[in-house]
Amino acid sequence: MADKQTYAPGSHPDLPPPPGTIGIVGWLRTNLFSSVNNTILSLITIYFLYWLIQSVAGWFVLDAVVDASSRAECREIDSGACWAVITKRIGQFVYGFYPHAERWRPNVAFVLLFVAVAPLLYPKTPMRRQLLWFSAAYPFVAYFLICGGILGLPEVGTNTFGGFMLTMIVGVTGISASLPLGIALSLGRQSRLLSVRVISIAFIEFMRGVPLITLLFVASTMLNYFLPPGTTFNLLLRVLIMVTFFASAYIAEVIRGGIQAIPKGQYEAADAMGLNYWQTTRLVTLPQALKISIPGIVNTFIGLYKDTTLVVVIGLLDPLGIGRAALADAKWNGLSTETYLFVALFFFVSCFAMSRYSLWLENRLSTEHK
Amino acid sequence: MAKSAKQSEIVVKIEDMHKWYGQFHVLKDINLEVAQGERIVICGPSGSGKSTLIRCINRLEVHQEGSINIYGTELSSDLKNLELIRSDVGMVFQSFNLFPHLTVLENCTLAPIWVRKMPKREAEEMAMEYLARVKIPEQANKYPGQLSGGQQQRVAIARSLCMQPKIMLFDEPTSALDPEMIKEVLDVMIELADTGMTMLVVTHEMGFANKVADRVIFMDGGEIIEQNDPKTFFTKPKNDRTKLFLSQILDH
Repeated sequence: MADKQTYAPGSHPDLPPPPGTIGIVGWLRTNLFSSVNNTILSLITIYFLYWLIQSVAGWFVLDAVVDASSRAECREIDSGACWAVITKRIGQFVYGFYPHAERWRPNVAFVLLFVAVAPLLYPKTPMRRQLLWFSAAYPFVAYFLICGGILGLPEVGTNTFGGFMLTMIVGVTGISASLPLGIALSLGRQSRLLSVRVISIAFIEFMRGVPLITLLFVASTMLNYFLPPGTTFNLLLRVLIMVTFFASAYIAEVIRGGIQAIPKGQYEAADAMGLNYWQTTRLVTLPQALKISIPGIVNTFIGLYKDTTLVVVIGLLDPLGIGRAALADAKWNGLSTETYLFVALFFFVSCFAMSRYSLWLENRLSTEHK
Repeated sequence: MAKSAKQSEIVVKIEDMHKWYGQFHVLKDINLEVAQGERIVICGPSGSGKSTLIRCINRLEVHQEGSINIYGTELSSDLKNLELIRSDVGMVFQSFNLFPHLTVLENCTLAPIWVRKMPKREAEEMAMEYLARVKIPEQANKYPGQLSGGQQQRVAIARSLCMQPKIMLFDEPTSALDPEMIKEVLDVMIELADTGMTMLVVTHEMGFANKVADRVIFMDGGEIIEQNDPKTFFTKPKNDRTKLFLSQILDH
């Protein structure tokens, strides 16, 4: 190292970077301690995090009570959170008023959901082709599993559905039905056929222009006026339809943005090669438009998923509704922090998972400079 | 028309063709006949309508008056099988227009599989052949975004050739390229010309025109001002506008 190594011009080899610029030490240096100010800020932040975790962890975990039969009993045991309100009513939080003996059915449906969704979300799923058939059949499988009425499964009314199960049913149905409908609407909006275009625009603008709560009220009351007398139309089904319509209008607009971001040259190339409209749409336009639209689509899905809590206004007991019912119980009165935190945690986990998946998908589909 | 591909067979016939963009009269009374195997270079100042002219030939642009016949079929709006005509007329664009979500190989096999209904294996073999001809078979599984401009344009040429077109249109194929990449694309085009392909090339590469073209057409203001074989065209231009244009592009 003493004397400077020289190389003939054009023969300089690649040398390793100087020590301390790569690895953990390098990361710490560049990100936390790159300057005096940065070091001070880092230390303050670290201390603050320590203080926050220490004080919050006490309430959340260390001093918390998991098993008790009332709020008063909780307070006698310890000073922290009283999670007993959740543990005592966990069945309701998860299933609503679905009969105890039949709760294995939504459990099976839930596990099968992952089997059905895996080949759609991960192209490397083993036996993807065969599993896709199951994905296509899953809506019916889940319906008959949960509602029963065939193969000796006792029928269970949808009015007993509640809790996270209800959220999952409305959320998953809404998400998976609104995507194809949204794609169709976005294409319809740009159709050369005037009637198709007008219908699509009218639908999108109406659905976007009305609050979801209004649509849910329409679903629960007004539809009876429009439908012929005597037709009964399941309340949950109406909610599913309205939520799907509502979300598909947003999806349609997000995808339209993606379609419009595709350069004109792409269509010209497809035209010049002799691809027809449907081939161009399927092979050139949509793959690119959907990729561009992923953040917006997932944004809409997350919004839809959280909006499922609005069904409480028409009397369906989603987790928030169950929580309210629990709080109305004299034994648990006043434990709203615990209840709402628990519900919030459930939603956060689901939505965060969707968000991470979309990031992963964006990376996988990125074809630039890989 | 006789099917035997004689040297004199007319494959593109444009008669009294006019086109407007709104009020703007962009092509005026175009008459042009292209023979089988003929190599035509179209040049002219920007805005002269030369790109619009070749885009009319595969109906990316629609003309309002006159007629265009491709292999005896007239281009019109009630043409049922426009896709089939288009698949016989390949086109290479200034901005490549490769599909960024597909690999190079998939770009090349897309139309043969979906328009020509060719089995995938066969289409891939053919695509590899053409990729070898444009000298980038090793890039087949990369995405267009990972290639240089010159490589992308060569892929675009291979992609067009995979449809086994009878006529190739080039719309300023080298205008978006860095100087050192222009040659690699022109070399591929020269080789293509040597195979006897009918070519209509809009370009400012006068060296290419001199070397390859059977006929050079000069356009200005939406009209064909002058056309001649390259030697006469470059050495003895008749029209003043042609002289001015040539002096502007050859003077440095």
